[in-house]
Amino acid sequence: MADGVVLLDTYVSVFGMRVRIALAEKGIQYEYKEEDLVNKSPLLLQMNPIHKKIPVLIHNGKPILESLIIVEYIDEVWKDKSPLMPSDPYKRAHARFWVDYIGKKVYDAGRNIWSSKAEDQEAANKEFIDCLKLLEGELGDKPYFEGENFGLVDMAFIPYYSWFPTFDKFGKFSIEAECPKFVAWAKRCMQKESVSKSLVDPEKVYDFIVMFRQKLGIA
Amino acid sequence: MATGSVVKLLGVWASPFVNRVEIALKIKSVEYEFIQETLLNKSELLLKSNPVYKKIPVLFCDEKPICESLVILQYIDEAWPNSPFILPSDPYDRAIARFWAAYIDEKWFPLVVEFRNAEGKEAKAAVLEKMSEGNLLLEEAFIKISKGKSFFGGERIGYLDIVLGSLLGWVKAHEIMDEMKILDDIKMPSLAEWDERFCSDKVVKDIIPQPEKLVEVYRKYHKMKKATSN
Repeated sequence: MADGVVLLDTYVSVFGMRVRIALAEKGIQYEYKEEDLVNKSPLLLQMNPIHKKIPVLIHNGKPILESLIIVEYIDEVWKDKSPLMPSDPYKRAHARFWVDYIGKKVYDAGRNIWSSKAEDQEAANKEFIDCLKLLEGELGDKPYFEGENFGLVDMAFIPYYSWFPTFDKFGKFSIEAECPKFVAWAKRCMQKESVSKSLVDPEKVYDFIVMFRQKLGIA
Repeated sequence: MATGSVVKLLGVWASPFVNRVEIALKIKSVEYEFIQETLLNKSELLLKSNPVYKKIPVLFCDEKPICESLVILQYIDEAWPNSPFILPSDPYDRAIARFWAAYIDEKWFPLVVEFRNAEGKEAKAAVLEKMSEGNLLLEEAFIKISKGKSFFGGERIGYLDIVLGSLLGWVKAHEIMDEMKILDDIKMPSLAEWDERFCSDKVVKDIIPQPEKLVEVYRKYHKMKKATSN
């Protein structure tokens, strides 16, 4: 495993998916290793001893952790092809800000949709929809978050599209009804092979969450 | 390239996150205007320029706002792409620096805040116990990343020095107020020495406030906050 690229990941992870999209955009060959989050492999524990989380990119035996950091690393190392980030510093800052927001706020709010107790569901729903509406406002009428071209923020958010039906089912709402702009945007993103190849079937996400809730003792 | 741009920084002198930006701008020799914010009564400018979090610092470059201190630091490094550089040049080293910056902000510093908010010596001691693992990780990280040199960034102050170092003023302020050690120089000797070097560095000296001044500010702020919420 000394040379080459390995990705430790879990198929339903929105963070893993954004790394998969980045690798596909750059045409990088890599070995994909599926992690069981309830039974983490010795390799994962060795490569990410502090957080014990996926995704982990292993390049020439060295681990790179945290999905945004991994994507920036990929962009810097394989810099001669398909830039993942804009070149202008202000646009880069803007992209990093929103990717950070998606990673912090949207992820936690989304998790609360399927893991909340019944009495907390309404509050969880509101928080999540508020986050999404903020993002929808940021997208506006542009084809992509950064304008004319698919970019880092799109890459960070499009994995959630495979989770939308799961959120809809547990939240008992319709993201499409609440944030209609995402539908056209998502279809546009899905036309890219790097995206459609990297995103997981929404039904698999739902099945995973049903199973995961049971394991966590929530169901 | 941002040379010649009009640069403004919205913040408060006592905020470590604002201090980070001040240090970075000083490293790059960027002239800027400091706009003092009033945190107990947030300005229109703050609410308009950072509607998502409503927090300082906000850096303005030709009126365009950039928010979140770590985003701002990277922006400064890229918008003024001249030496001295804040982030390392090697992609792997950059990934390591970004990882530890995220760790410090998302895992380590929240425990410092928890320490501050804990009531009573026992509760505070429990938080210190929680922090001990993270403190050792930072000590090891420093030894590994600095490779025997003075700073995380090598010979000169870099990204991680700024990210962790900016928090030291407040760490010491809480140590004074609670008469307890958060950063134990016996358990973390390398970081203790780095701490002294960082705080006395000419780029940092006039920016990180003296802990005693922060103690004063903390006590005043809390009195005012209590008064406005009553």
